[in-house]
Amino acid sequence: MKRLMSGNAALGEAAFLSGCTCYFGYPITPQNELTEYMAKRMVEAGRVFIQSESEIAAINMVLGASVTGARAMTSSSGPGMSLKQEGISYLAADELPAVIVDMVRGGPGMGNISPAQSDYLQATRGGGHGDYKTIVLAPGSVQELTEVVPLAFDLADKYRNPVIILGDGMLGQMMEPVSFDDLKPPAEYEKDYTLTGAKGRPARKMHSLLFDTKLLEEHNWKLSRKFQRIEQNEVKYETYLTDDADMIVVAYGIGARIVKGAIKRLRQENLKVGMIRPITLWPFPAKVLQEMAKTVNDFFVFEMSAGQMVEDVKLSLEGKGHIHFYGRPGGVIPTPVELFRIISRHYYQAHALKRKK
Amino acid sequence: MKKVYTRPKLLKEAHFHYCLGCGHGIINRLIMEVIEEMNLQEKAICVAPAGCGMLLYNYFEIDVLESAHGRGAAVATGIKRASPQNLVFSYQGDGDLAAIGTAEGFHAANRGENITIIFVNNGVYGMTGGQMAPTTLLTQVTTTTPAGRDALIAGHPVRICEVFAVLDGTSYLERVAVNKPSAVIKTKKAIAKAFQRQLDGRGFSLVEILSPCPTNWKMGAIEACQWVDEVMSKQFPLGVVKEVAC
Repeated sequence: MKRLMSGNAALGEAAFLSGCTCYFGYPITPQNELTEYMAKRMVEAGRVFIQSESEIAAINMVLGASVTGARAMTSSSGPGMSLKQEGISYLAADELPAVIVDMVRGGPGMGNISPAQSDYLQATRGGGHGDYKTIVLAPGSVQELTEVVPLAFDLADKYRNPVIILGDGMLGQMMEPVSFDDLKPPAEYEKDYTLTGAKGRPARKMHSLLFDTKLLEEHNWKLSRKFQRIEQNEVKYETYLTDDADMIVVAYGIGARIVKGAIKRLRQENLKVGMIRPITLWPFPAKVLQEMAKTVNDFFVFEMSAGQMVEDVKLSLEGKGHIHFYGRPGGVIPTPVELFRIISRHYYQAHALKRKK
Repeated sequence: MKKVYTRPKLLKEAHFHYCLGCGHGIINRLIMEVIEEMNLQEKAICVAPAGCGMLLYNYFEIDVLESAHGRGAAVATGIKRASPQNLVFSYQGDGDLAAIGTAEGFHAANRGENITIIFVNNGVYGMTGGQMAPTTLLTQVTTTTPAGRDALIAGHPVRICEVFAVLDGTSYLERVAVNKPSAVIKTKKAIAKAFQRQLDGRGFSLVEILSPCPTNWKMGAIEACQWVDEVMSKQFPLGVVKEVAC
């Protein structure tokens, strides 16, 4: 059955159905509907909901709940995500699962409350202090949230690592028909690390303080090996009309959705443009891009930022191919027509250059 | 012969890293004595702070989670809400609770979270080398108040128990000390009472413990103990600050 829901509310329902038993949130636009949805849904079902005193408190409540083995989640947007980074670093250090939602808004600073993709680097580079990574999932529609949310809880438990769902103000606020019929709650994992009182086992301690540099280095390499496993096993992406393409657009989330509209127009004019849409922003689909670069020379990166993911595209291509970039920061949402115009101009320029060769 | 004192089984046979004359060692032992006597080892979860108390897990034979600096009350809240059958307490110093973690402590108290905070007040940041804490007394010399704490520059000593007492969510607040045997006995009773009240579901409890720090106070151990009585407890009066009957 399909229901008309906002992305924020659908995300809340998907989390509930995924077995999230503890939610902690603090008001910030454009994710408030998620906190409000959980306030009702979680409390009615006898699960844990707290409106915390700050984003810092919320992420630390998540840490506390997670250490008991609970599936815990929090959500926020730009400025609040900055505050959560301390706790995310501790979650990563303690190897505790958690799901953190960022409905990105324009920044830096207070910025605005319009949809943006300007938290890409913060999300994909760890974001807090120390050597660590968070898994970053970028859904492109309200329906896709019902796939991404259980996946986020599953990956968090599977790898004992914080997972970030990177949406944006538009995905959070817009209403679309959504069905939860196919949502499968993630498997329950055996957790041998939880703190629940030393009953029938020796006392446990969980800490990230490792004064001995050798021990901390060992811990760093252990985390690093885990991140390599994630890079090998968990890359997710969607391709769109790439088979015959001689220009590939790289875009994610709501940006990719606008690009799709542009590509439909481009195809009507017989411009062979396709798209790759990373669903995992970290791990980034680097190998796929490398493969594509064997036959395609031109990669067009579109982001609703001043250029962040474009760094990953450059790193992935390792100097191969030509990278075009178009960004709209500040919470501006371009239309498919605008992108059609810009992409087609780059496409024709690329072809003119080829002819010169 | 009757044995009147022994090391609690829950206190690991490790050497404390605390300085000579420091109160933390006594407080660590008291908590383990209480947990052992109340038979709470299988229920207890301690949230350790950043600061001198951060290595608690090397001494406590119970489950211990390290928290980021100041976040103990929020972490304890998460644990307790997710797992209400546990006895959950955070162990926090004055910098941890009265400066960087004021919001977390204040709001956990205001929500009436059914947790306990063991608040160790020694008037300085001990681990980082004796800087001014929110609880440093006026005129007291620290590395960041070399001319003595001046209210015009650095404000006034914070009385956490009295601040928390006005919150309707708090249930039991007592200030005690560990500078002499009679005070130690009172402290043990206060910790036991706070834990019992948590087990009875009576809500937020906090035991503030005035604790000597001879190293950073630049005093001998005996002088530091006397200073708690003669000077520190004038600013931080001992006794029950709040106890809600039921």
